[in-house]
Amino acid sequence: MSKTVSFITENFDKYDPSSIESYLSIGGFTAVKKALSMSSAEIIEIAKKSSVKGRGGAAYDTGRKWAQAAAVPGNDKVVICNADEGEPCTFKDRNILSKDPFRLLEGMIIAGYTVGAKNGYIYLREEYRHLRPLIKNAIQQSLEKNFLGENILGSGFTFHIHLYSGAGAYVCGEGSTLIESIEGRSGRPRIKPPFIKERGLFQLPTLVNNVETLAIATAVIQNGVEEYLKYGTPECPGTKIISLAGNVKCPGAYEIPFGLTLREIIYDIGGGTPDGHELKLFQLGGASGKIGSPALIDTPYTYEDLRKVNLGIGSGGILVVDDRTRVIDFIKSIQDFFIHESCGKCTPCREGNRQIAKIVDRFVQGTPKPDDLETAVRFANIMKNCAFCGLGETAQSALLSAIDHFPEEFGKTNVGGNTEVAAK
Amino acid sequence: MKNVKIKIDNIEVIVPENTTILEAAKKVNINIPHLCYHPDQQVKANCRLCVVEVACSKKLTAACSFYVFEGMEVHTNTRKVRDMQKGILELILANHDQNCLKCLRNGNCELQALCQRFNISKTNLEEAVDALPLDNTNPSLVRDSAKCVKCNRCVEVCQKVQEVHVLTHSHRSVHYNIAPAYEAPLEETFCVFCGQCSAVCPVGAIVEKDDTAKVWDAIYDPGMHVIVQVAPAVRVALGDAFNLPNGTIVTGKMVAALRRLGFDRIFDTNFTADLTIMEEGTELIRRVMNGGTLPMITSCSPGWINFIEGRYDHLLDHLSTCKSPQQMFGALSKSYYAEKMGLDPKKIFTVSVMPCTAKKYEAQRPEMVTNGVREVDAVLTTRELARMIQSAGIDFVGLEEDQFDNPFGIGTGAGAIFGATGGVMEAALRTVYEIMTGKGLPSLDFTEVRGLQGIKEAAVKINDLEIKIAVAHGLGNAKVLLKQIERGESPYTFIEVMACPGGCIGGGGQPIPSTMQVKGQRLASIYRIDQDLPLRKSHKNPDVAKLYEEYLGEPLGHKSHELLHTHYRSRGMKYNFSELMKSAGGK
Repeated sequence: MSKTVSFITENFDKYDPSSIESYLSIGGFTAVKKALSMSSAEIIEIAKKSSVKGRGGAAYDTGRKWAQAAAVPGNDKVVICNADEGEPCTFKDRNILSKDPFRLLEGMIIAGYTVGAKNGYIYLREEYRHLRPLIKNAIQQSLEKNFLGENILGSGFTFHIHLYSGAGAYVCGEGSTLIESIEGRSGRPRIKPPFIKERGLFQLPTLVNNVETLAIATAVIQNGVEEYLKYGTPECPGTKIISLAGNVKCPGAYEIPFGLTLREIIYDIGGGTPDGHELKLFQLGGASGKIGSPALIDTPYTYEDLRKVNLGIGSGGILVVDDRTRVIDFIKSIQDFFIHESCGKCTPCREGNRQIAKIVDRFVQGTPKPDDLETAVRFANIMKNCAFCGLGETAQSALLSAIDHFPEEFGKTNVGGNTEVAAK
Repeated sequence: MKNVKIKIDNIEVIVPENTTILEAAKKVNINIPHLCYHPDQQVKANCRLCVVEVACSKKLTAACSFYVFEGMEVHTNTRKVRDMQKGILELILANHDQNCLKCLRNGNCELQALCQRFNISKTNLEEAVDALPLDNTNPSLVRDSAKCVKCNRCVEVCQKVQEVHVLTHSHRSVHYNIAPAYEAPLEETFCVFCGQCSAVCPVGAIVEKDDTAKVWDAIYDPGMHVIVQVAPAVRVALGDAFNLPNGTIVTGKMVAALRRLGFDRIFDTNFTADLTIMEEGTELIRRVMNGGTLPMITSCSPGWINFIEGRYDHLLDHLSTCKSPQQMFGALSKSYYAEKMGLDPKKIFTVSVMPCTAKKYEAQRPEMVTNGVREVDAVLTTRELARMIQSAGIDFVGLEEDQFDNPFGIGTGAGAIFGATGGVMEAALRTVYEIMTGKGLPSLDFTEVRGLQGIKEAAVKINDLEIKIAVAHGLGNAKVLLKQIERGESPYTFIEVMACPGGCIGGGGQPIPSTMQVKGQRLASIYRIDQDLPLRKSHKNPDVAKLYEEYLGEPLGHKSHELLHTHYRSRGMKYNFSELMKSAGGK
């Protein structure tokens, strides 16, 4: 366990998350106080220096995003905290929300102050409804102490935070869909442009950040960016909360420095696969993430190193699967998930999933048609290239990467570098 | 607006910066495939057929929703683009009823045209259609979800243009469907049957209910005297179905074709449009003089009647009590005409050709009965008439012109412009002004009420009275005027409402495509007809005068009241949510 660190999660279990007094007693809200004494440009500079990338999955540079949001003209902007943690095998945000809600609020206040927003919205995953009282309480107490509301701590900055939940749809984690949901419509993505940074919630300029991203912002302002940069590798500094689950002995959310290898994460932190089973595969970043094979186990967990082997950090989920599960059965579970969660709006995602599901079912039953693999790859690529939103674009990441790493499981043999579909 | 220079397939083009790739490509004669895009509607970008390659972008880009920028390089015809577009088309087809030969849109289907263009012959996909049951239990429209491509054009027209809010999307993913709430059949909703959804549908998922067989049966029945009336808007649209330039005036050929189809008499609804003006104009004068409910609102658009009876039933007193010209004709055909011809009304089969799907519903309303028989026995849309002419093997374009028969064959220019938004208003003003002042109008053209602006208004001075009038087309626009009345703020004396954008020339039963551009051409033709007619005022129609003299007596007289006027009722549709939930089933 010594390989884990505690920077973003430093407050976990150190205070009573239902009490602002308790939070203040461990130095809570010093980040907000510090931020209010700085200029927007100074905070953006710190964010850029931290090189924190968005932790929802898209990994967009936070400093850059804040700079763009601050540059959009308008005196009524919105900050949204995306707490719709819908990726399967991802539960890091739930840990922050339940163990350190005040740090998240601080992050939103800082973001709001930086970009010039008047209102913040927390879009909480419907399935996390049990956390609503805790978060509402944190908002209420912060209001009472004037860390929220009018003229915060006499700084002249006014900011309110509102809590929203949808009806429980994975696609609502996509920024524009989330906004549609808050506005009361069914969860379907919007056309871009206009981009939500210019016209988002209620047509106002909108900044959307993930829970973890906002929590890091608080931690970085509070402890200083140099403190954060001490972690990780020179190329990929800092820490990340991962959600480790599946066939590991010790599943859980862990904060790690970037640069640990997947082997260290799965075996040293997670305790390895149980009951002497062999590692079969792992999936990074939730259901929309790619699959890796044991051959890649020594890859360092950084954006750059993973990209080199065609993997990604995504939401930070690490799902470990041992040899008790067939690759195709695993793929079926992913396919079932997307058949359930596609919003149905665009042709590639709605019809592509429908057709690929039929092919996957035939592979599961061992009765694929001769051209099924080719057809599945063709339409998976159409989804990847043509779908309306990120859901459709990534829904077949698992299938395509599984075919790359485990061709034999799809009846495909490599002959002299030419891939060939074996006749059934 | 700044101009930007871009390259599409290496062809340089300069366009304003708020132009989409799709529109820019059109300028250099490149037609990027598309299904959900419609020139009169908002960009939806959900069919994804218009994907193209933009240099520097890894993914493909939807041409309909992406705007050009300086220096952009677009490729619309690479192997990757074509493969992807073809694949998307195969995906649509795999879940689409491919019984094209039996589809009403066979030959005029955007999906079919694309399949031809991409030479789709075989696919590896399993073709099994997952669809809701057919919705064909109302008199006007048939919805077949097995053909729906989920483009959402119908949803937009229903919600944003007509503001009827009946069609919407239900469920998600593979269960995603376009349907009314709880997947109820249309007649159990507030659907007004305007058919605008069928006019924008790219495929055969929403079509008019076909009544051609009923009409053929009547024609072939030797015991039946089959007569037909044709609405003013049909003659400027029917030619579209025979590849004539949009808006061509085909009145004479249309009459000739109807004669060849075997109708015993061919009459002009323009005649009863003139009659409507006599009745409605007199009603307006009486309401103004006697302190009746004002503003008075026209009642000739059945989609509009369905709308107000459904959603604004507390304002029914504002409606003119006049039946529509279709029903006035029907009533006279089973009374005056029957007597004049010495025929048993039961042996007369009255057909109307209308630009409208709601007319089918109107004809079946229980109160539309005269002398114990249905006033109008069958309603054909313009599209159905075109199909009858085609199926009879008539070379429409080559026909010599023929003329309407008597006694309902003369229509004035005032009757003709009923087909255009603002036309009923203009026709009424021509007559009301002259009756009330006893003087001739300085100019017959009330140009303020012409054109495609959503709400038009004007003020007319009649004697010492200034009358404010308004014209709305499209139910969304009508709603604005109704809300004004609700608030007690309506400044108007008389309001014309047409359910369909553009008026009847843009009716839900007109040949497809029926875009705003096409509607503009039809409008121009309607006014040309008016301009060219020797008689342009309803009260100068000699046959109308004769009808009053011989039969009706006077406008709003006893006989008129009995035959030409009606009453309205609340649709009183009470949703039974729990029942609907049960029948929709849990998905």
